Amino acid sequence: MKRYLSHALTTTFAILGSLAPLAAHAEWGNLNMPVGVTELSKEIHSLHMTIFWWCVAIGVFVFGWMIWSLVAFRKSQGAKPDTTMVHSAKAEIIWTVIPVVILVIMAVPAARTLIAIEDTRNTEISIKATGHQWKWQYEYLGENVSFFSQLDRASDEARQLKSGINPTTVPDYLLSVDNPLVVPEGTKVRMLLTANDVIHAWWVPAFGMKKDAIPGNINELWFKVEKGKTGIYRGQCAELCGRDHGFMPVVVKVVTKDEYKAWLAQQKTAANPAAAEPTAEPAVDAVSTIAALPAAPQG
Amino acid sequence: MTNTVTHKHVHDDQDHKTHGLKRWFYATNHKDIGTMYLVFACVLFFLGGAMALVIRAELFQPGLQFVDPGFYNSMTTMHALLMIFGAVMPAWTGLANWMVPMQVGAPDMALPRLNNFSFWLLPFAFTLLLLTLFVPGGAPAGGWTLYPPLSLQAGDSFPLTIFSIHLMGISSILAAINVIVTILNMRAPGLGLLNMPLFCWTWLITAYLLIAVMPVLAGAVTMLLTDHFFGTAFFTASGGGDPVMFQHLFWFFGHPEVYILILPAFGVISEIIPTFSRKPLFGYQSMVYATASIAFLSFIVWAHHMFTVGMPLAGQLFFMLSTMLIAVPTGVKVFNWCATMWKGSISFETPMLFAVAFLFLFTMGGLSGLMLAIVPADFQYHDSYFVVAHFHYVLVPGAVFAIMAGVYYWLPKWTGRMYNEKVGKLHFWLSAIGVNVLFFPQHFLGLAGMPRRIPDYSTQFADWNSVSSVGAFIFGFSQLLFVYVIWSAVRSGEKAAVRPWESARGLEWELPTPAPYHSWETPPSQGVIAKGSMR
Repeated sequence: MKRYLSHALTTTFAILGSLAPLAAHAEWGNLNMPVGVTELSKEIHSLHMTIFWWCVAIGVFVFGWMIWSLVAFRKSQGAKPDTTMVHSAKAEIIWTVIPVVILVIMAVPAARTLIAIEDTRNTEISIKATGHQWKWQYEYLGENVSFFSQLDRASDEARQLKSGINPTTVPDYLLSVDNPLVVPEGTKVRMLLTANDVIHAWWVPAFGMKKDAIPGNINELWFKVEKGKTGIYRGQCAELCGRDHGFMPVVVKVVTKDEYKAWLAQQKTAANPAAAEPTAEPAVDAVSTIAALPAAPQG
Repeated sequence: MTNTVTHKHVHDDQDHKTHGLKRWFYATNHKDIGTMYLVFACVLFFLGGAMALVIRAELFQPGLQFVDPGFYNSMTTMHALLMIFGAVMPAWTGLANWMVPMQVGAPDMALPRLNNFSFWLLPFAFTLLLLTLFVPGGAPAGGWTLYPPLSLQAGDSFPLTIFSIHLMGISSILAAINVIVTILNMRAPGLGLLNMPLFCWTWLITAYLLIAVMPVLAGAVTMLLTDHFFGTAFFTASGGGDPVMFQHLFWFFGHPEVYILILPAFGVISEIIPTFSRKPLFGYQSMVYATASIAFLSFIVWAHHMFTVGMPLAGQLFFMLSTMLIAVPTGVKVFNWCATMWKGSISFETPMLFAVAFLFLFTMGGLSGLMLAIVPADFQYHDSYFVVAHFHYVLVPGAVFAIMAGVYYWLPKWTGRMYNEKVGKLHFWLSAIGVNVLFFPQHFLGLAGMPRRIPDYSTQFADWNSVSSVGAFIFGFSQLLFVYVIWSAVRSGEKAAVRPWESARGLEWELPTPAPYHSWETPPSQGVIAKGSMR
């Protein structure tokens, strides 16, 4: 038996050894939720860490108890069972009440954060994102700017079955798109989410937020990227939406307010060179589009 | 899980045992039907496992090496359906068939022909489901949750899947009726409900859950069927329906369903830990009440599977708090098991090793479940690999380990033969190491932002995915040892003692070894009941 065991171990190590080249571009350090770039994502992260440490504390206690029992009361060490120990009302009350108290301690900050998340008042920009199989459509409400955003060509070629292209040679493999969503820093942006065919979900981990885009429903979420955190943030569709669910990234480019204004103006001219001057008309259109969608009951 | 030995040496005509295929097709004996359930579960466990290995092979490296994304989605969908409805649930029903009559002192299940019917529905159900692999459009690929509108896009597999689920549901309901009637009406005179082994208790509660929620699933999938073929619009937004409604119906079934998978495990663990700690179960009554509370709570937490669908704030708060509350009765159970081991005299035979691993790893899954209950954090965890890690921790080293523990524990009583302890322990260690290498890194992947149900991923997720895949192959192939150890025990194991575990309690251990084909034809005497009772 020992021989089999050592054989199995050797094989295991051989397999693990063959992985070594993979570790060349090591991402072994990706162990935890990254801290985001919005106020909410930071709150969510700290909430996550708080519960995590509570779980560690509970784990240390429970696993400690188990390990202690398993080591201290071994039959092989001559342990004699105490068969009279079958019930204790006092112990059971203690291990019912203490968990309840811990749960209340956890629930309070969670509820507080949740209330902040649901507060979509005073948003400055509203963008409607519509999920399609398999791309996102973004509409800047009131601005007459709308475009599709889908997996970029380099990733799309590499991700074909047996493409022969090494994904590590493709920059931001599966996480880059042709037209990213552009938003300004330091601005409360409201996303209105819906879908055209099946359910999708819009997720940017750095914004701490994920919500389903459901046909016939409008969901909302908001984020406010902190000043100075300009850059590109990447996420993916998070609800199984068919064959190419894995190839439907969400990419958001966060720019300064001035850059955003310039970008928006440029988009308007590109979209409609004849009417470069903004009118009130498109705004009404966009709102009526939403109103026309059947609002299904939620919850 | 095979137990086809016919005990020729002890055979006598009082057995009234038919031979050959007839014995199995016309089976009304609870032991034969139990065996068929367990063998069926084992076959489906390997089929579902093979699909899991297709998934992990594709995910070993970034890029698509082996399968088309559509087929990959079929694999995740079929893997879940086979493992839940084909492996874990039939395994529990098989154990119930074997153990419940023996533990309550009844000669057989209350409704033997119904028992035959509920088993023989299953091969037909899964033939329909597996046929979908060969129809135009391929097997269902919308996830086992069958969310519309995606599930409505399926090809010819759609009606086959729905009818297969109907058959599975009917089978489960009939099995549940049988367990309830047996426990409530067929207990030996003098055996009170609160003297039953915990396995009977947890199964009794599970059976009620099955009867309550299986019809809800049947209704929901029937509505899908009429949406697809008969022009209704229950879940179609353009016709005035609501896709979210399906999710509410599905998870009203789905959450009790996960307890259907795990409650019998609590029962098995509550038998094994006292036996190998040589001490009675600590807090027997509170274990019963905790199980009942978990079952009750399972009906009011369903929407925690759908925090991201956009619920009102009050709804989110309610489902967060009710979900967190489940930690209390579950905690009571874990603490009771710890207290059972405390001041015991513990030895580590294979069933105990699996039970201890259950205790550690199910608790891990419970802790990540607590994290998932926190709504704001769930907005990050939801539909990521963190969730995949969580539910596999409670289902694989949870439910599956408990099934294996139960099989090792009762095998000597079933077959009259001992398994090879060394091979059993090797099977345990490879499984326990494999399962952690497989699922622990998935916590990291999920937290780092990898969504679930994707066939390919960004290169930043490559390292932990390859580790996870290595774990999957270790775990998968070491299950062949399980079949080997059982097969060799049945064929040529050493003769087992009447009490293979000297401290085991329960009426099944008052029977001869192997248990006769018809056990407890005369109810156990008061003396035997007192000896085998839980109190």
